Order: sequence, then structure tokens, then C-alpha cells
Amino acid sequence: MTNIPETGRTPRVQIRLIVLQILVLSLLLTLGGRLWYLQIRNGDEYAKEASGNHVQQVVTPAVRGSILDARGVPIADNETRLVVSASRTDLMKMEDDGKGVLTKLAGVLGMAPKEVEEKVRLCDAKTPQPCWNGSPYQPIPITDEATPKQALQIRERGEDFPGITAEPTAVRRYAGPGNSNTAQVLGYLSPVTDAEIEKAKDTESPYLRSDQVGRSGLERTYDQQLRGKAGVTRYEVDNLGRVIGRAKSDKAEPGANVVTSIDARVQSVAEYELNEAMKAARHEFDKNTNENYKADSGAVVVMEAKTGRVVAMASNPSYDPNAWVGGISGKDYAKLTGKNSNYPLLNRAIQGQAAPGSIFKVVPTTAAVNAGYPFNGNYDCSSSYSIGSQVFKNFESKGYGPISLGRALEVSCDTVFYRLAHEEWKKDGGLKGHKDTQDWFYKTAKQFGLGKETGIDLPNEVTGRIPDRQWKQRFWKANKDAWCKAGKKDGDYVQRLSYENCLEGNLMRAGDAVNYSIGQGDTLVTPIQMASIYAAISNGGTLHAPEVGKAIVSADGKQVQEIEPKVNGKLPMTAKTRDEIDGALAGVATRGTAAWRFGGWPQDKIPMHAKTGTAEVYGKQTTSWFATYTKDYSIVMTISQGGTGSGASGPAVRKIYDAIYGLDSSGKQDLKKALLPEPQKALPKIESDGSIDSPKIKPYEPNKEEPPAQQELAAGLPTSTFTRRD
Amino acid sequence: MAGTNGFSVSGYGPQQRSTMSRLMARDSVVRRLDWPILLSAVALSMIGAALVYSATRNRTELNQGDPYYFLFRHLLNTGIGFALMIGTIWLGHRTLRTAVPILYGISVFLVLLVLTPLGATVNGAHAWIIIGGGFSLQPSEFVKITIILGMAMLLAARVDAGDREFPDHRTVMQALGLAAVPMMVVMLMPDLGSVMVMVMIVLGVLLSSGASNRWVLGLIGVGAAGAVAVWQLGVLDDYQIARFAAFANPALDPAGVGYNTNQARIAIGSGGLTGSGLFHGSQTTGQFVPEQQTDFVFTVAGEELGFVGAGAIVLLLGILLWRACRIARETTELYGTIVAAGIIAWFAFQAFENIGMTLGIMPVAGLPLPFVSYGGSSMFAVWVAVGLLQSIRVQRPMSA
Repeated sequence: MTNIPETGRTPRVQIRLIVLQILVLSLLLTLGGRLWYLQIRNGDEYAKEASGNHVQQVVTPAVRGSILDARGVPIADNETRLVVSASRTDLMKMEDDGKGVLTKLAGVLGMAPKEVEEKVRLCDAKTPQPCWNGSPYQPIPITDEATPKQALQIRERGEDFPGITAEPTAVRRYAGPGNSNTAQVLGYLSPVTDAEIEKAKDTESPYLRSDQVGRSGLERTYDQQLRGKAGVTRYEVDNLGRVIGRAKSDKAEPGANVVTSIDARVQSVAEYELNEAMKAARHEFDKNTNENYKADSGAVVVMEAKTGRVVAMASNPSYDPNAWVGGISGKDYAKLTGKNSNYPLLNRAIQGQAAPGSIFKVVPTTAAVNAGYPFNGNYDCSSSYSIGSQVFKNFESKGYGPISLGRALEVSCDTVFYRLAHEEWKKDGGLKGHKDTQDWFYKTAKQFGLGKETGIDLPNEVTGRIPDRQWKQRFWKANKDAWCKAGKKDGDYVQRLSYENCLEGNLMRAGDAVNYSIGQGDTLVTPIQMASIYAAISNGGTLHAPEVGKAIVSADGKQVQEIEPKVNGKLPMTAKTRDEIDGALAGVATRGTAAWRFGGWPQDKIPMHAKTGTAEVYGKQTTSWFATYTKDYSIVMTISQGGTGSGASGPAVRKIYDAIYGLDSSGKQDLKKALLPEPQKALPKIESDGSIDSPKIKPYEPNKEEPPAQQELAAGLPTSTFTRRD
Repeated sequence: MAGTNGFSVSGYGPQQRSTMSRLMARDSVVRRLDWPILLSAVALSMIGAALVYSATRNRTELNQGDPYYFLFRHLLNTGIGFALMIGTIWLGHRTLRTAVPILYGISVFLVLLVLTPLGATVNGAHAWIIIGGGFSLQPSEFVKITIILGMAMLLAARVDAGDREFPDHRTVMQALGLAAVPMMVVMLMPDLGSVMVMVMIVLGVLLSSGASNRWVLGLIGVGAAGAVAVWQLGVLDDYQIARFAAFANPALDPAGVGYNTNQARIAIGSGGLTGSGLFHGSQTTGQFVPEQQTDFVFTVAGEELGFVGAGAIVLLLGILLWRACRIARETTELYGTIVAAGIIAWFAFQAFENIGMTLGIMPVAGLPLPFVSYGGSSMFAVWVAVGLLQSIRVQRPMSA
């Protein structure tokens, strides 16, 4: 073959070969360029996408922080329960999808196999509850009430129960120290919803599917601090979800503890005495309705007068907060929220509103002084007051002649306030009001913080209502259609009322103004509002936003964030007026409407101030109100359909004070028995390991002895007066 | 491997020498081999072995419980391929020239056999013959070689004989007809990827044969028109259309047809500069990319070896092709030039298509990456091609 002619390469072929070579080169350069673009320029982006591809997270929930009382006694903490869980990932690897193991497990736990299977199936559109709503990579709890014996059986025979674990796990517990319950203040937890996960997705503290979320009370307000940060173990999985390795993981950070100003002992007393008072009221006969008082609900607030901190807060009816732990059953839920439940979930101290009756009178007294009426002037306490054809009677048509505003507070004289309110109403232009109405009585109420939330650190507080001219206008607009439809000129009371409201419900009638001046009519307040007002009178005029939380202590105890008292404002009164009102309220306790409840009280050592209130509610029995304060505490109690202020609530409030100050029924103080003669200032001691010292507490032993008969009454009012109305 | 006379070109080594000295002599075969090509091919095969092992060691459903199953076979295939290369060099491309009609006939027969019940379908293409014992044959790989050899034989015959400067129209038509027959059959399988490669081979062959520009441009035109016709007439299967659609818009259906390309790109992109390290690619270990030991083997390199490793593969292919271009230019006989150019077109396009599809710049077509992908037929074919290139270089007339 050597004789192949040396034709020489024709230029055409040679050129084309070079073209081919350039083409090849450009193809390879294209690949190199693209490779650079993907790997170097956009590499990070793809790396992220890749890790999203193959990393599955298993969440270790953080231990939720405790809620402690002022001295460190846990009122909400965690207990260890034996939780048996199944790993779906492991079960699905078995030939029968784990059926055999689950059946065996059901046998050990004494459950029906079907029940166990339902617990581990995944929720989807077609699967009804019970089913697992969380991540399929998360161990699914089957029971949190396994006995140690069952847990041992499962753990010792691990080979019989692949994929099943029995681990001690922290579960929320509402300890109820000293028989306190504190249910509505603590609130409760329930599993996070999809909507919440979605909403909190891009925030600082996103939810995990397994999270329990505080739904009300402190659990909700301080949810973020209590919750801590869940630990995340990241597993690398393959395209079928099988685990092939472990990626970077974060340890769980336990939640912080919340120290509150609640004193579990005082709380226990308050709850007990409120309940006792309601029970007692149900034995009292109501002459107006000719049946016993129903006393359907009540609330009491014990507040530190100088700081606005809540020492105790009870709402009745109540419930066992532990009902929510581990998921509430349908039956329990109906019991708590159903129509016939009387809504025990409501915290009536901040969510119950009612007309305040005479405990409101500190407001019109201040308003009158601010409007220019001298405190010690002479005001006619006639037995009744007439406006046109309407006659507004004093209580039991009792007259006291000309008295001062202070005396009017002491004996709770309505006609004094009627007259003042009517006068001011006329000055403001009457029905329609003129351009620059002063509205002293309404303005002052608002300055007292009424008609809006106090800002307490508990959710869903209600505002109450000050029925001023603007409110009347708004309310009429919203309701006039209904009123005009239902109203009848000659119908029954409601129909006539509707008829009147339809015509002039938007106008401030003289009767409205007069009724309002004694805390009746459309006026609504909450117990917490009144407690903070009386605390403010006690402390010299500073209105606080009440607080239950006192400090947030990190789980390791190293960071303590104190929650300082928050000031809402000042009461609109001069120091002189305050002193005068203070004197009058002391008079209420010593010679006024509450005096018969404070027989033997050591007034010289612990000056007591009080105001009683009995509010009328159309179609219902009267609401009992009792507002009191000493130099350190203010206590307000209310009982719906409970009778008179001093009659129904008086003894209970007295007994709470007795317990706080360590007084016996004769008024002798034993400081050793005193629960809290001075408010707890210091935070509980935090050990170096983060644990918080908690003193042992004894359940409240109520003093069954009744206080001695009433003190001599300066005014010499007949006893019967007090038993009905203040 | 020391043949009696096969390695020395007749006329250059008249007297008998010892094997060793003959191998080491200035004019010996070993000295005249194109070492960059050989070393590149070996390096690519070894990289391929590592990547195939990485992609398959955990795939118990494929490797029958033996993590080395694919590694062993890949090495075996490489060994057989290497032997085939030596055989090809030993025989010489000129000797093979005389056998081209037979080889061509055998390859067309095998391709036709695929259409009989003996053929098997893999990934939608009915392109395999199952031999048994876990072995299978993909005849379209061998057809690539016989098309090159057959066309080169026809086109170069009169030119190398000194009769003409360029192949005439009749010869060109004959050559095109020769290529068209097996291509039609492969098209029917349908193994579209292989058809695309064959079209490129035909183009490369025509270009290097010196055939009139009209033929070259005409063929490009016909190719384009054919592609449109194929699309319009519905010759393509749904899966093929879906692949093209996914190429045009990878986000189209990331769980379906776009899945391959999407996962492939994530795998490569996540590799970064140096990759996650061999056997440490999460995309690879997690088996997110399908067909990762064969068509998508480049994604393993991209993820585990990064830009450095993946770039090295491209670079090695570049060295191989660059040297092949030199061989095509330096050989004086047209037959050798055409064969080399055909091989260049084949390797270049197949590598570009294979890597390009994993990078998302080419549509997905079932083509192996030469030397790197797992697969016997492909491995044998590319090594035979290397043998042909070596033979062309070894047997080229030395400048006197």
C-alpha cells in the first residue's frame, strides 16, 4: 500500500477539516461555559435546592417553660409521662406495613388494634380523625398514659416492637398548688393549626407542625417566651424517603419560665371565698324576684395597689385546665363551650362586664369636684328626685338632708348625684347638647380608664362602656331599625322601650344622664377596671395597666427580664380630692354601707377603704359589687345575680383580707399566719442550674368563725338597709 | 499481542527484530501510537468506572446486592473495548476496508434483528437485543462505525485511486443510500438519539470527503426539513415529544417529564467548584437522578467532583477530539481522513448532546457519554473507533 499516490490534500478538504475542528472546539467551549455558569455562578442556588431535595426534619419539641407564682411555686409546669410512639418510617419498611407490630402493641397497651392503627394513619382529605396530622417522619404518639410496666414490656422486647418507642416525655401539667386552680388566668394549649403555621412561616418564631400553642390566658400572652425553640434533627433521605444519613442538627432550647405576681395561696383563698360567697348567695331570698339569688357567675381580683400587679384573679364558674392536656375530648369540649356550660372558659375578671352600680360613684364624685362643685358643699340627699314626670328615688326612699359629697359616698346617696348630673346635663344643652358640651361625668370616667381595655397582659380583655353622647349616636344607628320594628307605643315594657329608643335613642335624655351618674343604665365595667381604679385611689392616683407576668427567666436562669409596672395615666383628681375621697371610702368601711362587714377590723393598723355596689340589670337579679383597698392591695369582687354588694361579696372580701394579713375574726393579727402582709417584691431565688426555689404551700383552711357583730355605726343606720342596697 | 507482522507496516520493517526492540523502535507501532488519545480514552474510562460505582453501589434493586456489580462490568467492558482497539490496530483500517461490506451487512442484520421479537425495549426505545446471562447488545452503536467505514470506502475509492479530485454525485448518492438504510431502521425503533448522531456522522463524512458544497448544504436543509416533518407527521412517540417540551421549558412538570433535567441540573449545580467528594453526593446517594450510571453519568461527576472534575471530563474529550482532528488533517489518503472525521463528528456530537442534556442546553435523548457511561455496546464501539484513529495514524505514510 505504499504506492498510494501522494495526491496532496486538496485545499477544500483541508479547509473543511479546519471548519470541523473549530465546530468541535466551540461545542466543547459551550459545554465548559455552561458548566461554569451552573456550578460556579449559580452553584449556591442549586446547592440549596439540592439540600431541600433530600433533607427531612424530625422535630424534638422544646420543653415548655413553667409559669410560677410570685414566690416560685409552679402553677403550670411539665410532668413526665410515658409516651409510646410509633415511627411510620420504620413501620412502612415492613412487609405488612407494620400491621403485625401494631396489633401486638395494642395488646400490650390494652387498646383495640383498630384504635392504634387509626392513630398512626396519615390525615388526608379522605381520612377522618383520628389520624396523624404531623410530619410522617415524626414519631407518632399512640398514648401518653402508658404505665411503667407497659413501657418496660415494649422496651425489653425491642425486637418484637421494631419502630416502637416508649419514652418519658414532658407533658403540660397545671399543678393547682394549694388547691388553687387559676384556670382562666393560665389559659390552655392546643395543637397549632395550618393557618397559624402559614401565617408565622416567615416570622422570627415559626411554628412547627408538632407545636402546642397557648390559646388563652398567660399561655397565650407569653407563648413565644414559654415555647422555646424546638430541636431539629435533619436526616438525609433518598428519593423514596429512606434515611441515608444525618445532616446538621439543632438542639432543642427549652422555653423560658414566666414568674407571675400571682400568689398561689391568695389565689386559692380568693377562689374558695368567691365560690363560698356564691353558694351563700344562693341561699338568700330575693324579694324582688321572689326566688333565691341565682349567683350564676362571679369574679374577684386582688391587686397590688402600688404596682397594678395581680396577686389573685378568680372567675367562677371554672374548670380543670388539665382537661386540655393531651388533646381535649369532644365531651369535655362541649362541657366547656356548650350552650348550657355557662362558659367557664371566660375569665370574668377581664371578660365579664356589668353595670357597676354604686362602686362607680368615685367617678361622679371626682367629676363633680372637677366641674366646680366643692367636695364639702351641701347637697340635698332627698328621698327622691323628679325630672318632669319621672321620679328617681333614693334607695328605699331614704333621705339624709343636706350632706357633703363625702357623706354621699359613705351612705351611697343617689339623689345627690342625680341632681348634679341633671344640672350638668342641662348646662351641656340637654337632649341634643350644644356645641361645647363639657360632659364632665363622661369625660372623667374615660380619664379613669373606663370604656377601654386596661391593657392587662391577658388576651381578649373587653372594654366596658361609657354611654356618652357619641356612643348613643353610634348605638342608635346600629340598632334603630330593629327598635323601630319591635317598638310599640302601648306594648309591654320592652316594646315601649324600643319605641322610645326608635324615636330618640340617639339623644342623651335626662334620665340617661341621671341613671349613668350612679353607674346604672348602659354603663358597663369589668372587675379589672374597677380594681385598677381603686388601686389608683389607694396609691395616690396612678392608674396602672394591670400585669400578671412579673419576670421572664431563661431556662438556664442566666437571663432574667423583669416586667416593670406599666403606668396608664393619672386619675383626674388633685391630691386634696384624693384625700377627701380616701377619707370617705374609709368612712364606708367604718360607718357607711360596708361597716357591718368590717366589725372588729383593725382600722388603725390597716386602714380599710371600701365601696359597695348593687347594680340593677333589667330582667335579672341585682349584681353584687364590692370594691376595697388598703395601702397595699385593692380587692374587687362581683357576683352576677348575687344580691347586694356588701351582702353577697362583703364576707368573702373580708376573709381574703384576713388571710392576706393574718387576721382572726376579731381582727387580731398573727403575722405568722399572714399569707402576704406586704406584697412580694423580690423574685424567687434562682439556683445556678436555672431551677427556681419553690416553697411548699399548704391548702387554705378557711376560718369558719364569723366576725363579731358590726361596729357601732356612727350614722346609726338601721341594719336592714345594708342587707338590701348600698 | 505481539503479532508476527501485523503491527509493523509492510515496507517499513523488513527484517525480524525482537518484540521488545520492535515495540521501542523509532518507527514502531507503540512509538507511533497517538498517546494523548489513548491516555484520554483510558482516563475517561477510569473516571467512568468511579462514577458508575458511585451511582450504583447503593442501588440494590439494580445491582442484585453486589455493590461492585456495575463497577466490575464497566471495567470488563473497558478491557474488552481495549482489546478490540488492539485488534483494530493490528488488523489496520486498510485491511478492514476490504471487509467493510461484510461488517456493514452484519450490522444492518443486527439492527433488523432488533425489530424481531428478539429485540427488547428500554426506556421507550426498542433498541436492544437480549443475549441472555444479563448481557444485551445495542446494534445501533455498531452501525455508527459501519456507516462511517462504508461511506468512507465509497467516497474515497476513486479519489484515493487518483481518478478524481472529489467524489462525484453518483458516489455521494450511493454513500447516502448506504447510510440511509440502517438509519431508517434505527428511526423505526425508535432510537432518535442514535439517528441524530448518525445524521451528524453523515454530515462530518460528507464535509471531509470534499463533496460539493451543495451536498453539504443540501443535507443540512434536508435534515432540518426532516426534523420538521418528523415532528409534524407524528412519527415521534409521546415520550419523545414530552422530552423536547421539557427541554423547552424545564419547569413544565418537575415531577414528570421535566424531572430528569431538573434533578440533573440540581445535581450538577450543587457540585460547585470541587464537588461534594466522590461517593458523597446527596443527589447521587439519594438516587434523585434517573439513569445515572448510563445516560446521566455526567451528573455524578458534576455533583461529586464539581467543576474541576466535570471540567476534566470535557477537557479529556477535548484532547481526544483535538488529536483526532490532527490525525484527520495529517493523513494523506482520503479514506483515513473521512473515517477520522466521521469519528470526530460522532464523538463530538454525542458528547455534546449527552453533557448538554444534563446541563439543560440540549433536549433529553438516550445517548451514552463515550467511555464514561456504563454500557457494553457503546464502550466497544468507541474503543473500536479509537483503534481506527490509531490505525490511521500508525499507518499514515511517513513524510519521506
